[in-house]
This record gives sequence, structure tokens and C-alpha cells, in this order.
Amino acid sequence: MSDGANLEGFRSEVRRWLEAHAPKSIRGLQASIEGAGNWGGRRATFDPPEMKIWLERMAARGWTAPTWPTAYGGGGLSNEQAKVLAQELAAAVLPPPLTGFGLEMIGPTLLQFGTEEQKQEHLTKIIRGEIRWCQGYSEPDSGSDLASLQTRAVRDGDHFVVNGRKVWTSYGDVADWIFALVRSDPNAKKQEGITFLLIDMETPGITVRPIQLISGKSPFCETIFDDVRVPVTNAVSQINAGWTVAKALLGYERAMIADAFGASARGPRKKAGQGSRLVQLARQYGFANGGSGAILDGVLRDEIAQLEMDERAFHLTVQRSRDAAKAGHRPGPESSLFKVYATELNKDRHELMVRIAGAQGLGWEGPGYDEDEIALAHQWLRSRGNSIEGGTSEIQLNIIAKRVLGLPD
Amino acid sequence: MQLVLTEDQELLAKTAADFVAEHSPVARVRALRDSRDPDGFSRALWKQMAELGWVGIPFAESLGGAGMGLAELAVVQEELGRKLAPEPFLSTVLLAGQVLQLAGSETQQKTWLAGVASGDTFLALAQQERGSRFDLHRVATRAEASGGRWQITGEKIAVLDGGAADAIVVVARTSGAADDRTGISLFLVPSRAPGLRVVRQSRVDSRGAALVQLAGCEVPEDARVGALGEGLPVLEAVTDRATVGLCAEMLGSMSEAFERTLSYLKHRIQFGVPIGSFQALKHRAAELFIQIELCRSAVMAAARAVDEGSPEAPALVSLAKARCSDAGILVANEAVQMHGGIGMTDEHEIGFYLKRARAAELTLGDGSWHRARWARLAGY
Repeated sequence: MSDGANLEGFRSEVRRWLEAHAPKSIRGLQASIEGAGNWGGRRATFDPPEMKIWLERMAARGWTAPTWPTAYGGGGLSNEQAKVLAQELAAAVLPPPLTGFGLEMIGPTLLQFGTEEQKQEHLTKIIRGEIRWCQGYSEPDSGSDLASLQTRAVRDGDHFVVNGRKVWTSYGDVADWIFALVRSDPNAKKQEGITFLLIDMETPGITVRPIQLISGKSPFCETIFDDVRVPVTNAVSQINAGWTVAKALLGYERAMIADAFGASARGPRKKAGQGSRLVQLARQYGFANGGSGAILDGVLRDEIAQLEMDERAFHLTVQRSRDAAKAGHRPGPESSLFKVYATELNKDRHELMVRIAGAQGLGWEGPGYDEDEIALAHQWLRSRGNSIEGGTSEIQLNIIAKRVLGLPD
Repeated sequence: MQLVLTEDQELLAKTAADFVAEHSPVARVRALRDSRDPDGFSRALWKQMAELGWVGIPFAESLGGAGMGLAELAVVQEELGRKLAPEPFLSTVLLAGQVLQLAGSETQQKTWLAGVASGDTFLALAQQERGSRFDLHRVATRAEASGGRWQITGEKIAVLDGGAADAIVVVARTSGAADDRTGISLFLVPSRAPGLRVVRQSRVDSRGAALVQLAGCEVPEDARVGALGEGLPVLEAVTDRATVGLCAEMLGSMSEAFERTLSYLKHRIQFGVPIGSFQALKHRAAELFIQIELCRSAVMAAARAVDEGSPEAPALVSLAKARCSDAGILVANEAVQMHGGIGMTDEHEIGFYLKRARAAELTLGDGSWHRARWARLAGY
């Protein structure tokens, strides 16, 4: 039998299994907004409660981590099979059973760099959603210049004693373990004295404080380490070789972001005349001719068209990058613009939406504003961080100038 | 739609790049300008391009063409655009040539298109008027029927390669008011027709544009192309095709202007260091890179959408032209600025890119015109 036929056999197997095992109450749920979906962990809550059954059944088949080896409880699927599974989940409108930094970031990193003991210890728990992870990278004095980080790890027998402060530890207040970058050799060059360390958040000496943003409540936290004792065996890869691991993990993080862009590029397109969200808002807030639906303000119409066209050109660029990869070409320089351009566009989009909503775009809470309006104001403020987190736009432009354009330091 | 070049298209691009490198340096554009060449391009080089099969790319095989699409023509035009080659793809092949391919009678096609594909015949499209901006339906030039013949009166501007053309497709109104969408007809007017006056113009980009004046210019009934009064849909389809070709040319020009500027940033020393080490310039260079990559995606998508007859083709063509217009002028402006004083001299070639970028921007619709069209197509 050909590979294609095998794949189609697998597809019908998946379809039958999902039909038999996906709880009815979770069908039609979407996990699209920030923080939505099931993130697992010791303190996991399930909404609706059948999400728990859904997770357990999928985890039992290893399909929460479809391509990971079966030895650790993964699905052992090929990339093609994993794609079929994702397609069938989408076709049946089923939410992902599990998401989070375990599956997306530390899991792949451990598969690449972890010891056999570390893989046995952590991967199975990630697959089953038993342990939730958070990321300890940035510090108050180390943002864009991450390698200057100062959280100290001093050797004491079989342990490191960790002291310092991490910021932007998303979901630090609900995570069970943290993967953190610590300075284990203060005398080495800054990239060469860093160790990548796995730390149980229940270890004495760890304090977590939520961070309030300009947009209000956020998943971000500050995590403080005060004489925290961590077994030396929790170092991933060699001691003082953590920077290599950190960069590999950033690669997985970027792959996750690129996937999200790809998904939006493949998303359904509006039919002509139906109007985008921006156009609908313009009509809702009094910019349109009631009869034709045309936007009367030529300047606004131009701004909306400009933004929509920028977004379309961006999605076409993501598609071009994927098409080139499918045709067997090496990744082209175009992928380096994804992060900076997508985040700048998202800021522009939110800014334009608030301006269209006018006085109704200013609602923080309370009477006189509907839910969408209040969400809009908060999302606009939150979007300002898009071009800061995950490498600022300025850093992205530096990277393009250096690596793609070859401009001198 | 696959946004990746096929092996054949890559080969074609390579052939075109080699040809352009050997035969068409920017110095040739300067020489054509300085010698006040009446055509503004090289007939000998055009004949060679025809022999390579490029001129016939979008024409049916039965008409002596290659029966290929815009995706193929675009890779050739991009390479030509890199060195600002002024040969008349836009006027002869894409504008007037496509009018005849889409709407011409069998006799008209046989009479004219074989000669076009072989590189011996030149055509032009006289569409734009002083008051029409880029709107295809705003036509004040009128054609009156009298005794089985047509008499055409009016004035056309920016007729590309009008001076070299053996015949000009003239857009004229046969009924209705000056901005009606119906009542527009197309006429194929031989360059020696009585009452036709073609005045070669001198433009910033040194391309061969002409003013076409029709004072009761008389043509026979069989000079009409396509159905009476139904010329607008033909013009729209033709203009979309031509716009894709122009965008491909613009993509080539902006890529080359950018690469030349990058090279300058790496080699120009001031304050003891290459000026490309300054972050103020690095970030601007990175922005230009982003804009050019987005243009490339839009041009590839537009070419394929038109080739596939996609209903989305008009919107994607407008996307490509809006982006290429704005990015083209941005890149060219920055190129001159980053070159500094030398960039302002006629001796240096970078200024030729600025002049062509502006002319290309203001041909077949600029950024704001195409954004308005995008909005109109989307119903707002």
C-alpha cells in the first residue's frame, strides 16, 4: 500500500476514534484567546468538566504530544500523521486537549538536550497535563540583552543555591515547574557562564507576584528566588552551556508563533461585500452611508484598506514561505520579518479600531459600554506589548540588518 | 495557488538575468536618453527578446505566441526592471496586445499579433486623458459614426511608446456621458491615419510616452475592436494584466536599487566606519527589506490569480500595485538619501531608479487609487 493510502487509512481511524471518544459537551469549543484552552498542571481547572475526560483519553493515546516518542508516552506519529490528526480535530471542531509551555517549549528542548532521566521524569507528566511549566528568562535588568542576566546559582555540594529575580514569568502563579536561566560562572564571558535549570516551584524560597499591566490584569508574574536549593542534576545539557539550550528553546517558541501566523493565513476569508471587522465597526460607529454601506470618510476608508492590504500581503508572505518549504527550498530571508511585521500590524489594527469606536472605545469598565467595547480598550492597551515581548521590534530589525542584509556591527 | 517558482520559471529567470547582464546595463538607458532616441528603446534588442520567446509569452500559440501566463512574463519583466530596460512589454504586449488577444476579431489578431510576437510590430494603448486620472470609465474622447466610418475626436495623454507604434488602440466614447460605464468602444487606429497626431513627450524616466491628438481622425467600421459600447470590461481585464507586468518590473527595480544601496552602506566610510554600521540606517534598511518581501508575495499572488482566472484577481492586482507603488518610491527615496550627495548627481545611476519609480507609481493607478479600488471591490 502507498503512503498516501496508509495516511487515508489513518485518517479514517482517527475520525472513528474521535467520534467515539470526544465528549459531546466540548464539541464546538474554540481555544483562540490568550490564556484559553487547557493548560494542565496540579491546579488545573476544567471548563466544562468533560475537558478532563477529553484530556485523559487523548493523553492515553499520546495524542496530546502526537510526534513525541511512545517511550515517554507520546503518540509516535510521523509529521504527516500529526497533520492528519490536527486536520481531523479541526474538522470535528474539537478544542486541543492540552496546551502550554510544556508541550510547546520545554518538551521539545528536553527531547533535544535532556538526559534519559530528565526525559523519563518530565515528558510523561507534560503529555498527561500533570505538570504546568513557566519560563524564567527575563530579569529587571536584562530585557533585550538577555545574556546579561544576573540570577546567581552557586554550587553547594549536589545542589545549586539560586538567588535572584525573574520577570515576565507568564502564569508563574499557577505553574508547577519553571525552566530558568541562571548565572553559574560570574567570571566567564556573559554567554558562557549561564546554566539552564529546571526548578520545582514548590521548593522553599520561591515567591511569585502577579504583574498588573497598563491593560489591567495579566498572566505575567515576577518570580523571586531566595536561597532556593536545586539539585545539580536538574541542569539541562552541561553546566555553563545553558545559552545554547536557551537559544534552541527560543527557536521552538518562534516555531509556535509562526504556526499561529500560518493558521491565521489559512483561515477562512470573508466574501466581498460582507465586510471585515474594521468595516463593520466603521458602519456601527456612524461612518457609513446607510444605503450602500460605503464609508463616507475617504481618509478612514483609505486607512482601513491600507491595513487590510498590509495584512493580506503579510499572509501571502507566510504562505510563500510555506510553499517554498514544501517545494524543498531552504528557509528564505522572508521568515525573519514575521515577528516584527505581524506585531506592528496588530498594534495598528487595535489603534484603528479604538479610533473608529471614538468615545465608545475608551471604556475601562462599568455602565455605558458593552462587553466588546470594554474588551477593545483593554486589547488595544495589551497590543502595545506585542512589539516588546519575544524580542522587541528594534531587536528584530537589528537581526534582519545583521543576518539577512549583512550590515556591519 | 502556489507562491513558489516552478523549475521552468527559475530557468527562465536565470536566462533573463544573464541576458540583461550581457546586453542591458543601465548605461544603455542613459545613452538612449542622451541621444534623444525617437523610440526610447532598442528595436534590435527587442527583436532578440522576441527570438528568445519572451515577447510572445502571453499570446496563444495559434497567434505565434508561447501560450504561457503572467507568472512567466513576470519573472522576465522583473529581471528587465532590475536594469531599467525600457523595451515595450507594457505598451505592445500587455496593453494593446492584450486588447487584441481578448477582444480582437480573427482578422485583427492575424493582421497584428503575429507581428507583435515576432518583435516586428509595435502597438500602443491611448486610454488616459487629462481629466480622467486613472479611472478607466472617464472617457471624453468621442467617436461618431458617419457613412460606415468612425470619426474620433479628443486628446490622450501618457500613451506609452505611442511614437514607435504602428497602430494605436484608442479608447473613445460612442454613447453616454463622460463618466458612464457603458458606451465606451475601442478602435485600432493605424499610425498614419488622417487626423491622428502623435507627439513624442520627454519624461523624467526617459521612456517613450506620447501625446495623441485626434481631430476627426477617420477609421473604417472594421477598425472597431470588440462589441460596440462594451469596451470597459475589456479595458479592466487588460489593465489588470498590464498592471501585474508593471508590478513585476517595479519589483525588479526596487530590488536592484535596494541592493545597490546596501552595497553603498557597506563600503562608504565616514567617521572611520562603514555608514551601514549606524543603527539609524540599519533599521531603515531592514524596513525596506520587509517592504520588498511583501511586494514579492503580492506580485506572485496577483500573477497567479490572473492566470488562474480567480475571482479575487482584481483585488490582488490592486494589492500588488498599491504596495509596489508605495514601496517603490520609498525604496528609491531612501536609496538617494542614503547615497548622500553622490546620489543627487546625474553621473550616478541611482537617480535613474528614483525617476523610474515615480513614473511607474503614476502609471496604471497609484497607491491611493488602488486602495480605493480594493475598498470598492470589498463593498465599502
